[in-house]
Amino acid sequence: MKTHLLPALKLTALCFMLFVVVYPLSILGIAQLMPNQGNIAFVESQGKMVGVAHIGQRFDQDRYFNGRSSAVDYNAAASGGSNKGTSNPAYLAQVQARIDTFLVHNPAVQRHEIPAELVTASGSGLDPDLSVAAALVQVKRIAHVRKIPVALLEALVQQHVQEPLWGLFGPRHINVLALNIALDKLSTKTLQ
Amino acid sequence: MNTEIAGIAFTYFLTVILAIPLGKYIAKVYAGEKTFLDSVLGPVENLFFRWSGIAYKQEMNWKQHLQALLTINVWWFGWAMFVLMNQGWLPWNPDQNPSMSPDLAFNTAISFLVNCNLQHYSGETGMSYLGQIACLMFLQFVTAGTGMAACAVVFNAMKARTTDKLGNFYNYFVKSCTRILLPLSFVLAIILLWEGTPMNVAGKASITTLQGDTVQVSRGPVAAMVAIKQLGTNGGGFFGVNSAHPLENPSYLSNILECASIVLIPIAMIFALGYYLQRKRLAYIVFGVMTVGFLLFVVPSVYLEMQGNPALTQMGIEQNLGSMEGKETRFGAASSAFWAVATTVTSNGSVNAMHDSLTPLTGMFALLGMMINALYGGVGVGFLNFYVFMIIAVFIAGLMVGRTPEFLGKKIEAREMKIASIIALLHPLLILAGTALASFVYVGHPDLPWLNNPSFHGFSEMLYEYTSSAANNGSGFEGLGDNTPFWNISTGIVLILSRYLPIIGPIAIAGILANKKFVPESAGTLKTDTATFGLMVFAVIFIVAALAFFPALTLGPLAEYFTHK
Repeated sequence: MKTHLLPALKLTALCFMLFVVVYPLSILGIAQLMPNQGNIAFVESQGKMVGVAHIGQRFDQDRYFNGRSSAVDYNAAASGGSNKGTSNPAYLAQVQARIDTFLVHNPAVQRHEIPAELVTASGSGLDPDLSVAAALVQVKRIAHVRKIPVALLEALVQQHVQEPLWGLFGPRHINVLALNIALDKLSTKTLQ
Repeated sequence: MNTEIAGIAFTYFLTVILAIPLGKYIAKVYAGEKTFLDSVLGPVENLFFRWSGIAYKQEMNWKQHLQALLTINVWWFGWAMFVLMNQGWLPWNPDQNPSMSPDLAFNTAISFLVNCNLQHYSGETGMSYLGQIACLMFLQFVTAGTGMAACAVVFNAMKARTTDKLGNFYNYFVKSCTRILLPLSFVLAIILLWEGTPMNVAGKASITTLQGDTVQVSRGPVAAMVAIKQLGTNGGGFFGVNSAHPLENPSYLSNILECASIVLIPIAMIFALGYYLQRKRLAYIVFGVMTVGFLLFVVPSVYLEMQGNPALTQMGIEQNLGSMEGKETRFGAASSAFWAVATTVTSNGSVNAMHDSLTPLTGMFALLGMMINALYGGVGVGFLNFYVFMIIAVFIAGLMVGRTPEFLGKKIEAREMKIASIIALLHPLLILAGTALASFVYVGHPDLPWLNNPSFHGFSEMLYEYTSSAANNGSGFEGLGDNTPFWNISTGIVLILSRYLPIIGPIAIAGILANKKFVPESAGTLKTDTATFGLMVFAVIFIVAALAFFPALTLGPLAEYFTHK
């Protein structure tokens, strides 16, 4: 053991220089050449900063497309999932309550039309996306609140669908923040 | 074809296609042959050895290897404890996160030291940037390198000759880090940056949302750490929810690459074995056995998660996308299930969905992956576990056909078998004894705020925690309230035993075998590079590793499945 003590310590110090100083500093340097300079991607709308592209934010008003449920209420400084088991009775009651609330806010929607992803909590609590079905099911409500034709809103949703990677891999999804920013713009246009 | 299924098929094929040339490269690195990075990294490594006073060409026997390995690990433990317990006042802590309590620091230091990365804290609120980079990320490099070096020693010992000289530990260790882990991490980190993972030094950002809420957004030097945590089967994420976090894993492309990175080096190590020993058939058999086991877990898991939660179907809602509780929309159910299996068969433990919310049987496959812990397995150590099963299989097969058991020209005798049996049985012992102890404590004090779910699933949470610790995996049924002295200390002890003994055992066996007389292959030799032997190993793995846990699995996920309405 003794013969290894000093060489091991010195080697540790040198590895430290390489992995803790050189490596992260190089990545930090390269980050400066990237689209966001290594920062999070802020999103602006009408000259105001309204969010971060990848981070989901709370939308619970009827006039917006609502995002998925979040176990941490979209707290972007403390991500988390519900960690509820699929058979947990308390959890199932919670989902049932979300379905009932949704039906109250969306009287034109039938129960069997509600996509499960809208009433279940995401893994991070910060899911920035909705499935296409979860966006479309909210269109009638928003059309009613905002007095915008349903067809126009459906077209808006379709415009914002992000197709699978290279058209081949992964699910289709919609960024909720981008969709809601576009929705606000559409509202001001139709009002004029 | 369904784009979600296509996505995971592509991920798997990409991994294997990359692993073949990488395996060849790794074999060259360990054999000391010329590679394309020599001109850049050669001088750096030589400088490292000169300044440390290490004669890297001096070969060590297996005991010296273990001495070097354990000594350097002691230094790292000391460093980790110091940083974690003092990060509150140390520099580079823009979010003013506190220092850790002694029991939490003990658990965290051990868990990163043993390449497990069980996290009883949450990154955003529990770590400073200094702690993340200078302590955790540092350990993610060097502990992965340690596992690979241990594997290289065993590779060396498997050569067809008689010797006690098995290469130099420091040489294997440094080269594993500089030649394999560092370049790969570099490439992955840059792609992640491009996809939107941050790498900056500022603290939380404050934003006002479209609805008018004010929200703090955590960020930091994420990209550098995520790359090595995926590649080195570490799994300890920057943020609390690991790769489910939209900054840690921003897109489907980043998800493919991060998921491929989990199994890339473990698979490449198998191919490296084939090139290194020039026994490609043996490598194919090992790869075949591992792949069959892997697919046996992946296929039903993907199917079940895409089917959805039967209880939600009963509520009359639509579940076309599968069970989405604890999952992210941009990944979908299929790739979340695929990741769940990939991360548990290897000892990675990063997650892109919450395992606590997996449907019961998928949760069981995740558990089984860790209970076997040798289907691909951790970088380096995965093969060490598999090696133990091969020794046992050779012995049993030898007894069955009435021949002296021989493995690659070396006789396997009582001493090696004793070591192999102890190592194989240690894993169930630690898991089951730990779970039994925790259950006993909980039954005596049902008011303890441990379990986030009642009944069978609550039991699964405890079983999962010890399984994850003993497999040095690091994922969790995170509903478990595990930041208490009981969990921090008990899992900490399991972590230490289950890391070092399974490294010491195989190195000892390999060292003893290497020193024995080489018996050239004859007509009477049991061939180890045939499908029959592969089947034999598979049977041993299933009987020793999987069936030992059957009663425990019956009380947890199986009972939950059969009572799930």
